[in-house]
Amino acid sequence: MQRVEKQKTTIPFWRDERILGVLGQAIFVFVVLFVGWLIYQNMKAGLAKQGITLSYSFLKGISGFDIAESLFAYNRSSSYWQAYLAGLLNTLSVSIVGVIFATILGVVLGVARLSTNFIINRLAAFYLELIRNLSLLVFLIFWYLGVFLKLPLVNEAIIWPGDIILSNRGVGIPWGIPTASFPTFRLILLAGFIFALIVFFSLLAYSRRTGRAPLTSLWTLAAFLLVGLTGWFALPEKPLVLDLPFVKGLNLSGGKILSPEFMALTSGLVLYTSAFIGEVVRAGIVSVSKGQVEASRALGLNGFQTLRLIVFPQAMRVIIPPLTSQYLNLIKNSSLAIAVGYPDVFYVSNTIQNQTGRAVEMISMVMLTYLIFSLITSVFMNWYNQKIKLVER
Amino acid sequence: MTAMKPTLPPLTERSNVLRWLRRNLFGSWMDALLTILGALIVYWVVKGFLTWALVTADWRVVAANMRLLMIGQYPIAQAYRLWIGLAFLMFLSGNSLGIWARQSRFGPVLLLAPALLALLPFGAEPRKWLIILTVTGLAGWGLGLLRPEVLKRSVIAGWVISLPIFILLTRGFSESASGFMPAVQTNLWGGLLLTFLLTVVGILFSFPIGVLLALGRRSELPVIRLASVGYIELVRGVPLITILFMAQLMLPLFLPPNVTIDRVLRAMVGITLFSAAYLAENVRGGLQAIPKGQFEAAHALGLNGAQTMIFIILPQALRLIIPILVGQFIAVFKDTALVAIVGLLDLVGIARTVLAQPEFLGRQREVYAFISLIYWLLSYGMSYLSQQLEERLGVGKR
Amino acid sequence: MRKTFWLVSLLVVVSLVLAACGSPAATEEAAAPAAEPEAAAGPAGFGSTLATVKERGSLICGANSQVPGFGFVDADGNFSGIDVDYCRALAAAIFGDAAKVEFRPVTAAERFTALQSGEIDVLSRNTTWSLARDTELGGNFTSTTFYDGQGMMVPVDSGITSLEGLEGGTICVQTGTTTELNLADVMASLGISYTPAVFEDADSTFGAYAESRCDAVTTDKSGLVSRRAVLADPAAHVILDVTMSKEPLGPMVRHGDDQWFDIAQWTVFAMIAAEEYGITSANVDEVKSSATNPEILRLLGVEGDMGLKLGLSNDWAYNIIKLVGNYEEVYNRSLGPDTPTYIPRGLNSLYTDGGLLYAPPVR
Repeated sequence: MQRVEKQKTTIPFWRDERILGVLGQAIFVFVVLFVGWLIYQNMKAGLAKQGITLSYSFLKGISGFDIAESLFAYNRSSSYWQAYLAGLLNTLSVSIVGVIFATILGVVLGVARLSTNFIINRLAAFYLELIRNLSLLVFLIFWYLGVFLKLPLVNEAIIWPGDIILSNRGVGIPWGIPTASFPTFRLILLAGFIFALIVFFSLLAYSRRTGRAPLTSLWTLAAFLLVGLTGWFALPEKPLVLDLPFVKGLNLSGGKILSPEFMALTSGLVLYTSAFIGEVVRAGIVSVSKGQVEASRALGLNGFQTLRLIVFPQAMRVIIPPLTSQYLNLIKNSSLAIAVGYPDVFYVSNTIQNQTGRAVEMISMVMLTYLIFSLITSVFMNWYNQKIKLVER
Repeated sequence: MTAMKPTLPPLTERSNVLRWLRRNLFGSWMDALLTILGALIVYWVVKGFLTWALVTADWRVVAANMRLLMIGQYPIAQAYRLWIGLAFLMFLSGNSLGIWARQSRFGPVLLLAPALLALLPFGAEPRKWLIILTVTGLAGWGLGLLRPEVLKRSVIAGWVISLPIFILLTRGFSESASGFMPAVQTNLWGGLLLTFLLTVVGILFSFPIGVLLALGRRSELPVIRLASVGYIELVRGVPLITILFMAQLMLPLFLPPNVTIDRVLRAMVGITLFSAAYLAENVRGGLQAIPKGQFEAAHALGLNGAQTMIFIILPQALRLIIPILVGQFIAVFKDTALVAIVGLLDLVGIARTVLAQPEFLGRQREVYAFISLIYWLLSYGMSYLSQQLEERLGVGKR
Repeated sequence: MRKTFWLVSLLVVVSLVLAACGSPAATEEAAAPAAEPEAAAGPAGFGSTLATVKERGSLICGANSQVPGFGFVDADGNFSGIDVDYCRALAAAIFGDAAKVEFRPVTAAERFTALQSGEIDVLSRNTTWSLARDTELGGNFTSTTFYDGQGMMVPVDSGITSLEGLEGGTICVQTGTTTELNLADVMASLGISYTPAVFEDADSTFGAYAESRCDAVTTDKSGLVSRRAVLADPAAHVILDVTMSKEPLGPMVRHGDDQWFDIAQWTVFAMIAAEEYGITSANVDEVKSSATNPEILRLLGVEGDMGLKLGLSNDWAYNIIKLVGNYEEVYNRSLGPDTPTYIPRGLNSLYTDGGLLYAPPVR
C-alpha cells in the first residue's frame, strides 16, 4: 500500500492517466481529422478529374425521366428535387401502410403463439420460424416475381368479392373519389378530431382526479366517429363516391390500382416484419408474471379488465423498445424497393445518381433522409416510452 | 416393458386422446372454431405447397445450375480446393460434436447429411466428395468420442484457423496459372461460396471493431465516447444498402488514384462496417450485465484497466452474449443477399443470371424457393446449434 | 476503465495485424506505378494507363454480362460478344495475347464510377456516346463500334403497330440509361401518356416483360433483337418500325490520358481498316508477306513505325487481326446470320457499302 502511495506522488507524466487520456484523445482527433482530410483530398482530386465540384445545385435541373408512381403530378420536366420528393413520399406511404398492417398481424401472431389451442399455437410457431430465417431480399423478390407477376393477365383477372381485381398489372380495389363537398367534409373531420382530443384529455383528467379508469381510447374514437358520421349524412352531397375498379383494354382502370411493385414490397415487408413483431409481443405478454393476473382476478376484475388494466400496460413497457426498432427496420428495409422496381427514395436517388453522376451528393442525401426518419421515430417512441413509464410511477 | 403391460386397454388410450383433444383443441366453442379454421389453413397450405412442389414445379432449372448456384464461376478444375476446405470444416464439426455433444442424437444425423445429398443426381465428382465429407465428419466424431480431453484444445485451435485456411484455399497461392493452386480472382467467386465468404469475413472483421466501439462507447474519455456513439448511431440509422452503395461507388473515390480494391472486397468492407455497429451494441449489452464487483475485485487483485478488461470482463461479457452473437451472425448471413443489388453474383445474384438463361425463363418460383430453402436451412441450423451450445455450456446460467 | 485508451490502441494494432494476415486477396496493385514523363500534365496516376496495364500484365475491361451478342456470360463463365471481343483486340494490341484481359461485369449504374476510379481500364459495355458523358461523367468515347437506335418491342397479339398504340400503357425500361430519358422525351413530344416500369438491370427488365408486366419494352434495337432471340417464343414479339433515338455505342476511356485514348481508338480503326483492305485472321500472314499497298504495309507494321508512335510494338494491328479478327469477323461471330442474335449490318457496314464505318488513314 505504501509503495503505491509513493508511486502516486512521484508518478512521471508519461504514466499519469489524466495526461495520457488527454494526449490519447488529441492523437485520436488528429488521426481522424488527418484521415478525413486525406479522404476529402482524394475525393476532391477524383471529382476534379471529372470536372465535378460538390454542389447540390444540380437538383434544380430538369430530371428528364418519368416515375411510375407519384403522389403528386410529376413528369419529365419536373426537377431532380421533385423526383426525390416523389420517391420520399413513396417511401413514407409504404412505411406507414407497412407499419400499420405489420403491427396488426404481429399482435395476432404474438397472441396466437400463446394460444392454448394446439393447432393455432403450432401454426403461429411455424410461421415465425419460417419467416425469421429467410432472407428479406429473397422474400421480396419471391413475392414480386413468384406471386404478383404470376397473377393472371388482365383479361383473365381474378375478381374477389368486394370488387377486388387481381391481375399481373396490379391489384384494383374500390376507392372513394372526392366530390364537391369533400373540402367541407375535411373541415368536419378536423372538427371531429379536435372534439375527440377534447374528450381524450378530459377523460384523462377525470381519471387522474378520481382514480377511475374509463375506456379512454374507445370514447375518443366514438367521439370522432360521431362527428364524422354526422357530417357524412348531413351533407347534401356525399363527400366521396365509391369508384370500382374495372378492366379497360390491357389495363385496369377506376378505383385505386395498386401496382405489383407496391403490393410485393408492402406485403413482403408486412409479412416479414410481423414475424418479428409477433415475437416481441409474445415476449411482452409472457413478461407479465402470472401472479399479476391471479391477483387482479382475486380483486374481482374480469378477463377484459385484467387484460386492459393489468397485463396490457405492463406488457407495453417491455414491448415498446424492441417494437421501435422493428418499425425502424421496416422503414430502412423499404429501401429494398430497388429489387422489385418500386420507386422509393433510394431507387429514385439511384436513378438520379446514374443520370447525373452525382454519387456523393445523392448517397449523402439518402443517408441523411433515413437518419432523420430514424431520429424522428426514436424521439417519438422515447417520448411514448417515458409516458408509459410515468403511469407505472 | 411390454411384458408388464401385455394389453393396453384401448378405451383408456382413446380417452387419453380424447382428453388431449378436448383440452388442446375443443376447449370451448371459440376454441373449436379456431381449430377448424387452423386445420383448414393447414390443409390448404400443405396441399397447395405439395401440389406445386411435386407436380407443377420443374426443378430441372435448379439441377442444371447447381454448380453456378453453389460456387458461381469458380473454375471447376479448382473446385477440389473448396471440397478440401469443406472436409476440414466437417472434420472439426464432427470432432466438436463428439467432444461436447456426446449424447446428442442430432450429431451423427448431421454428419450423414452429405452422404444423403449424394443420393441426389449430382454427377460422379460431387458425389465422391460428398461421401468423403461424411467419412471425414464421422472420423472426427469417432476421434472426439475416444479422446475428448486430448483433442479439446486442438479443435478450438482448428476452428480459429479454419476460416483463414478456407479463404486461402479459395483464393489460391500461385500467381501463375500453371503453378500450385493458381489464384482465383474474386470476380469468379459466386453463389453460396461468395455468400458464405462475405458472411464469414463480415463477422470476423466486424468483431474486433465492434468490441472496440463498445469499449469506446463506455469510455470515460469524451472524444472517444462521442466518436463511438456517433459512428454506431450513424450506421444503425441507415439501411445496409446505402452503405453497400457507398462502398461500391464512393470508396474508390476516397482512395488515392491507382489504389484499387476489387468489388468483392468493397462489399466485404461495407458489410463489416455495418455489422460492427450492431455488434458494438450487443457487446455493450454484455458489458453492462457484468456486475461492478467484478471490476472492483480485479482492481483489488492489482490488475490494471486493460488487464481487467481483457482477462476478467470481456470473457464474461462475450460468454453472456453468445446467443445474441449467433443471432447477429445469422442476420449478417441473411443481409449478404443485398450485395446482389450492387451487382455481385452471390446466391441471389447468380439466381438472377440463371433465370436469364433462355431455356429456363419463367422459373422464378423454383429458383427462389430453392434459394430460400438454403437460407432457411442454414439460418435455422445455426440458431438450433447455438441453442444446443447454450445448453451444454450453460451460458447465462452462471 | 481508465486505461481504455491503451486497450483501444492495443486492439487497433491487433485488428490491423489480423486484417493484414486475413485478407490475402486484398491488395491487388497497391503500389502506384511511376508516371510516364508525358503524363506530367495530368494529376498523379493518370496519363499512365498503358504503363499500369503493362505492369499488371493484363487489361481490365468493364463489360456487360447480360446482353447476348454484345457482352454475355454463359453458364460456363465464358464471355462473348462484340464489346467483349473489342477488349480482346485491345489486349492483343498491347500484349500480343488476346487472352490477357480480365473482364469485370459492371452494372449500368456503376460503370462510370468504375472507369473514373481506375477499377477498369476501358469500358466496353454498349454505352451510348453523348455530350454529358463526354464532359460531366469524365469519359472519352473513342469511336463508335456499333451504330444503334432505340426501338420498342411489343407482343404480336397486342396488335400495336406504332408508339401511339401505347397510349395509357405500361412500358418496361432499364434505369440509369439514355433509354430511360429518350423514352420520356419521345413520349412527351408525341403527347402519349404512359406508365414506366423501371428496373435495375436488363435481366429484370426483360424478365418482367416476359411475364406481361408491361405492354412494351424499350431499349437499343440491337438489344431488342438479341433479347427477343432468347424469349420463350421469339416469333410472338415484334419490334416496332420506329427509331426513337440515335445510339452510337462504343468503348470509353478516362479523361486525361491521351496516349491511352489513342490506343483504344486506333484499335477500333485497325479492325475497320482491316475489313476495308480485306485482311482477315486467316490471310493476314499471307497479306503481310505479299502486300504491296503501302497503307496495308504500314498497318501491319512492315513499313514505318506506326505502332511505336502509339507506344506499342509495331505489329500491334497484325496481332489484333491475327488473334481476334477484323471488324466483319468479330461482327459475324456475335451478330452474324449464323447466330441467334442476327442483326443485319445496316449502318454498321463500311462506308464503301453505304454504311458509316470509316477508318482514318494509317499514316
